[in-house]
Amino acid sequence: MRPRLQFLESSLIERIITEALDLLGTLGMKIQNENAVALLADHGATVDQSSGRVTFPESLVMEAVAKAPSSFALYDVLGNQTHDLAGDKVHFTPGSSGITVLDADSGEMRTPVTDDLVRFTKLTSRMEHIEAQSTAFIASDVPGAIQDSYRLFISLLYGEKPVVTGAFTVESYRLMRDLQLAVRGTAAELAAKPLTIFSCCPTAPLKWSNVTAQNLLDCAADSVPVEYVSMPLLGFMGPVTIVGSLIQHTAETLSGVVLSQLANPGCPVLYGGSPAAFDIRYETTPMGAIETQMIDCAYTEIGKHLGIPTQAYIALSDAKALDAQAGLETSMGATLAALSGINSVSGPGMLDSERCISMEKLVVDNEICGLVQRMIRGIEPKDDFPARPIFEEMLREEHLLIADHTRKHLRSEHHFPGPVIERANLPRWQEEGSTTLGERAHREVQKHLDEYEPSRLSDDVKKELVELMSAEAKRHGMEKLPEREE
Amino acid sequence: MEILGQIAALLERGEDQEVRSLTQSAMDQSLPALKILEEGLLAGMQVVGDRFRAHDIFLPEVLLAARAMSAGVEVLKPHLGKTDLHSRGKVVIGTVQGDLHDIGKNLVGIMLSGAGFEVIDLGKNVSAEEFVDTARESGADVIGMSALLTTTMPAMKQVISLLRERGLDSSVRTMVGGAPVTREYASEMGADGYGFDAANAVECVRELVG
Repeated sequence: MRPRLQFLESSLIERIITEALDLLGTLGMKIQNENAVALLADHGATVDQSSGRVTFPESLVMEAVAKAPSSFALYDVLGNQTHDLAGDKVHFTPGSSGITVLDADSGEMRTPVTDDLVRFTKLTSRMEHIEAQSTAFIASDVPGAIQDSYRLFISLLYGEKPVVTGAFTVESYRLMRDLQLAVRGTAAELAAKPLTIFSCCPTAPLKWSNVTAQNLLDCAADSVPVEYVSMPLLGFMGPVTIVGSLIQHTAETLSGVVLSQLANPGCPVLYGGSPAAFDIRYETTPMGAIETQMIDCAYTEIGKHLGIPTQAYIALSDAKALDAQAGLETSMGATLAALSGINSVSGPGMLDSERCISMEKLVVDNEICGLVQRMIRGIEPKDDFPARPIFEEMLREEHLLIADHTRKHLRSEHHFPGPVIERANLPRWQEEGSTTLGERAHREVQKHLDEYEPSRLSDDVKKELVELMSAEAKRHGMEKLPEREE
Repeated sequence: MEILGQIAALLERGEDQEVRSLTQSAMDQSLPALKILEEGLLAGMQVVGDRFRAHDIFLPEVLLAARAMSAGVEVLKPHLGKTDLHSRGKVVIGTVQGDLHDIGKNLVGIMLSGAGFEVIDLGKNVSAEEFVDTARESGADVIGMSALLTTTMPAMKQVISLLRERGLDSSVRTMVGGAPVTREYASEMGADGYGFDAANAVECVRELVG
C-alpha cells in the first residue's frame, strides 16, 4: 500500500471551497490586466470598473475546474517523457530564482553569475532523484531585462531535463517561447510535448498583477503548463489560521484556473503555491516552519479533490548554512510532500527561505529525495508467503546473504543512499578521512561537474539558442553574452 | 579470447552454473588451464573486488562471485600444476572468552570463506588455550578474534601472549576486530592486524598471509 498523509476531512475541504467561491463571487479578484478582464467579462464575470475587481459566478469557476486536465506529462529537450504529473506521483525539482548562491569555498552567500548558473545546471543534470531542472538563480552579470530568459537559455543549453521557470515581465515571455520553439521545432510539437512549467503568482490578497495575468494567458495560448503560486502569509497577508489562509489560497488559485481555462480550455495547469507562516519575531516567511509545510500539504489535498495535479514549494530550509537545520527542515518537507503525493515538489538545493541556492545542498537533498521515493513505494509482500521455506533455508545455510530471495529483492526492497549520507562504522569512517557531510557533498559536486556530459541537443539547436539570446541581449545594450565554460 | 571475457563477466554476475560450463568449454577448446584461471576467473574476481571497494556492488554479490569462482576452479583443478593453485590460507576465528556476541564474527567467517580462505570457526566464549591449540593443530596462518564488550577485550591480549609463550607468534598471525576495538588498541596489545568490518577483515587476512 502506498502510504498517504491527510490533514483535511473531506467535509472541511468542501467548506473551504464553498467559502472560497463566496469570496470570488462577492469580493472578487483585483485584476490589473485588460486582456484578462475582457476575457472574464465575456464569460459572465462581473467587472467593477471603479475598483478594478472582478467577481466570478460559481458556475464559471466550476466549469473551468472541470476543463482543467487531471494529469499531464513533461518531456526533456530530446522529446523523451520524464514526468507523469498524475495521481500521487511525486517528482522533485530544485528550488528556483535564488538571489544568492552559497559559495562552498568561502562559506559566504554571494550574488550569482553566469558560471554559477551553468554549474548548477550541469549538477542538476546528474541528480538521479531530481527529475526537472529549475531556473535556479538570477545571474547578476546580464542586464535586468533579460535575467529571466537568460536562466532558461542556460538551462536549455546545458541540461536535458524539463525546466521549471517563469517570466519577470510581459515582454520576456516572447523570447522564452522562442527558446522553447527552437528546441521543439514547432508550436504544435511544443504544445504536444511540454518542456517547461511557468510559475505564475497572484499577489496576496486576491489580486493578479498585469505581468502575471498576461503570463498566464500567454502560457495558456501556447499550452505551456503553469503552476499557480498563491502565497498567503499567515497573520500578515492572509488569515493567521491555516484554514483561513487555505480559503484565500483556494480563491486565488481557482481564479487562475478560470483564466487559463477560458484562454485555452484543457491547457495543462498545476494546483501550486507557496503560502508561508509569518514569523513576527523576525518579520520573515519561514519555509521550514511546520505550519508552512502543513498548509502546503493541505492545499494540495484541495487540488486533488478538484482533480488537478499539484505543486508546492516544500523540502527547503531557512538555514543559512548546510547544517543540521538545513537537513531536518528539508527532509521533513520532502517526507510530508511525498506522503501527500504532491506531483511537483520544488525546493531541493535551497537555503535561507527561498533566497539562496547551494550546490552542495542539492547533492544532499538528492539523497533525501531518494529515501522518500523509496518510502512511498510502501511495504508490499514479495515472495514472503508462505514464510516457512525462507526460514528453513536460513536455519540450513546459517544466513541469507546469498539466498535467491535476498538476491531478487535486495536492491528493490532497500535503497542505498550515499556517499553523502554516511553509514560506515566509526573506524572505517575515520580511515576514509573523518569527513563531514559538507566535505563529502563538496567532493560529490566536484565529481559530478568533472563527469558532466554535454546535453545531447543538436549543435544546430544550440547555435540557434545562442543566436536568439545574443540578439535579445543586444537589444538590451549587452554587445556580447558573458563567457561560458563548455 | 572471447570466451575468457565471457567467463569473467559471468563470474562478476555470480552465475556459478554458467561459469562452470563455460570453463569446461574453454578446456574443450584446448585453452591452457592456467590461462583460463588468470584471464577468465581471476580477471573477473579482480573486477568484483574493485567494484566492491567502490561501493558499486555489495557483499552478497562478492560472495556469489566467490561461489562462481569455486565452480570454475573445480573444473580446472585436475589440469593445474600444484603451484598454480595454492590455498589462500587457513584462519581460526572466534569470539573471545567472556563474550557471547558473534554476529560480527560470523560475518567475517562468511566473507573469509567467500574469499577462498579455509575457516575454522570456534564459536563464542573461546578460551586462549582453545584458540592457540586449534591454530597449532590445524596449521592455521591466522587467528581472528572478535569482541563486542569492552570488558572482554583484554582476553584478546591473553591469546597473543599465549602464542608468544609457546613460540608460535612468528608462524601464526593475529587479527582483532569488533565494535569497541580500535586500530590503536589493536596495535597496543600487539595484534598483527585489525579489521574494521568484515570486508576489511578479509583485506587484513590477505595482507597477513601474503
